[in-house]
Amino acid sequence: MSDTRDAPSVIERTRPVAAGAAVVGAHFLKRVPAFILGEEAVLVAPEGAAERRVGLHDGGILASAGDGARLVTGGDDGKVVTLDTVGKGSVVAQDAKLRWIDHVAIGPDGAVAWSAGKNVFARTGKGEPRSVEMPSTPGGLAFAPKGVRLAIAHYNGASLWFPKTAAAPERLEWKGSHLSVSFSPDGKFLVTSMQEPVLHGWRLADRKHMRMSGYSAKVRSLDWSADGKWLASAGSEQVIVWPFQSKDGPMGKSPRMLAPYPARAVIVSCHPKEPVVAAGYADGLLLLVRIEDGAEILAKKPGAAPVTALGWRADGAALAFGTEDGEAGVIDLS
Amino acid sequence: MPEQATAKIPVTVLTGYLGAGKTTLLNRILTEPHGQKFAVIVNEFGEIGIDNDLVVGADEEIFEMNNGCICCTVRGDLVRIIDGLMRRKGRFDAIIVETTGLADPAPVAQTFFMDDAVGAKAKLDAVVTVADAKWLKDRLRDAPEAKNQIAFADVILINKTDLVGTDDLREVEMRIRAINPYAKLHRTERCQVPLPEVLGRNAFDLDRILDIEPEFLVADGDGHDHDHDHEHDGHDHAHAHDHGHPHHGLKHYHDEDMQSLSLRTDKPLDPDKFFPWVQDLVAKEGPSILRAKGILAFKDDPDRFVFQGVHMILDGDHQRPWSADEKRESRIVFIGRKLPEEMIRKGFGSCAI
Repeated sequence: MSDTRDAPSVIERTRPVAAGAAVVGAHFLKRVPAFILGEEAVLVAPEGAAERRVGLHDGGILASAGDGARLVTGGDDGKVVTLDTVGKGSVVAQDAKLRWIDHVAIGPDGAVAWSAGKNVFARTGKGEPRSVEMPSTPGGLAFAPKGVRLAIAHYNGASLWFPKTAAAPERLEWKGSHLSVSFSPDGKFLVTSMQEPVLHGWRLADRKHMRMSGYSAKVRSLDWSADGKWLASAGSEQVIVWPFQSKDGPMGKSPRMLAPYPARAVIVSCHPKEPVVAAGYADGLLLLVRIEDGAEILAKKPGAAPVTALGWRADGAALAFGTEDGEAGVIDLS
Repeated sequence: MPEQATAKIPVTVLTGYLGAGKTTLLNRILTEPHGQKFAVIVNEFGEIGIDNDLVVGADEEIFEMNNGCICCTVRGDLVRIIDGLMRRKGRFDAIIVETTGLADPAPVAQTFFMDDAVGAKAKLDAVVTVADAKWLKDRLRDAPEAKNQIAFADVILINKTDLVGTDDLREVEMRIRAINPYAKLHRTERCQVPLPEVLGRNAFDLDRILDIEPEFLVADGDGHDHDHDHEHDGHDHAHAHDHGHPHHGLKHYHDEDMQSLSLRTDKPLDPDKFFPWVQDLVAKEGPSILRAKGILAFKDDPDRFVFQGVHMILDGDHQRPWSADEKRESRIVFIGRKLPEEMIRKGFGSCAI
């Protein structure tokens, strides 16, 4: 496959944003795109108005999550900060030992979780955060789609924790180091990416294992289609999409291998309504790919650096992206 | 391996048994006026008092890889921390990892070869081990970690030399050489060593795999010419202290447990025999092989082939054409625990044509 694609393009619908620094996350606060910079600040970029830098951390920003109504960030200054739709930042927590906040997650009903070292914290509602200590440093956190239940990926498995109860986290075992973690939208499956280039999954009803392999590199990004029927993943020179239509998940089935390209796909983000995945590659190419038939739309040409951030507006009519060398923009897809 | 256009951040690993002086060396590196900025990764339960802007606490989490290889381990905390530090690129020029006294350097080194994200942004520069001149002999007897750190090192500081006499010091050197004849050795008090001797070594750079000649000691009585200034362009040696010592006829030490093995042949190697052999060797003996290095001359191949290994991980590439005045000779060295010498010799010999 060559670098020049004759696919239709939405490049001319892009509003460039001068991020001026590495972009490590892209989210929307209602209709306003917010770009998480590698250090210190969030760049809020409303259409037709001046961009605004909101300082949140005294150092690097290590993790971010957003749900459209607010976003939460964790930094190497030990702070967990939220930003609301009026652009006001507030500190949720400050780690007593100033440890790095490695991961953050945002859940239903205003729940926020983060981890520092082996400690995982969750704040549900207005009360004091609850915490639990894991046997090893978590690789990732994710809230279940319903109820306040947190999945924690770690060495040799994942744990499911109900932070509102005193019960110890429930353990799902699988040897190896588990990194990012994600629930399927129906809450029936839990999938982790691992230090090896594989995904591991559990069907939660019976703890049945699922092993998804064949990647050329560590899978640093995965996301579910809105209907929950597909799991898209980076980590290869194409977008790997696993079928989750049946109760057995992808077991015994082959994944779809979409949008093959000479560079590696490094980040994926699914459209919030349609079975379409945005895929960013190591050379800066950004494609929109229809899962059903693999049709591609060019969203950004290759550049100098990998795509490092993707975020959809809740209605799916806009996509924000950012790269490691500070290229950023918002694509109007209405 | 995909190459990044941008320069990779060099990473120096400081090891050494408890109390040998790692933190002294670290503070020396950080405070000397060299104009470089460092990010420092220290064990979070370790000593305090490190004077640097960017200090990160690590917890030395060693993760086994799920590839059926018991020695394929990585430091999970380093994967995470280096990924995080790279968000602050521009704030530092190099990374220093200080390990605990009980740490095995292998998982640290393997992290740079096993993790593609770390390997794409950072490169291992050298493993620097600080040894206590007074106590190292005892530790080599009772602490396998101390022996690992010596065997694995690219640079060794024999520190606190002011606390021992000349003969004791030479005995410590001999014991180190019995385990690892390839590391650069420096005698220091309070870790006073010119920083270019510990930083920017490129010890894991395939293009710089030149130092596989053992560093002989002056007094090992083998009649060797001990002029250290003759070979290898670009190395300024700080071995003045080694020169001019009288030959005492000191006995040769042999470590029962850890040895190095050096093989060479001037017959061309058959790549179809060599690669299966070396891969099989590290698959079977990987746990006992700490380091491997080689420069190889293959039949009908105008290029030098260089490789290095840590346990079961091998990394090799064509380097450059053999020059006309160069002897086309293959050399290979292993440092390891109870190496099956005869088997390795025979196997290597059978790869020659």
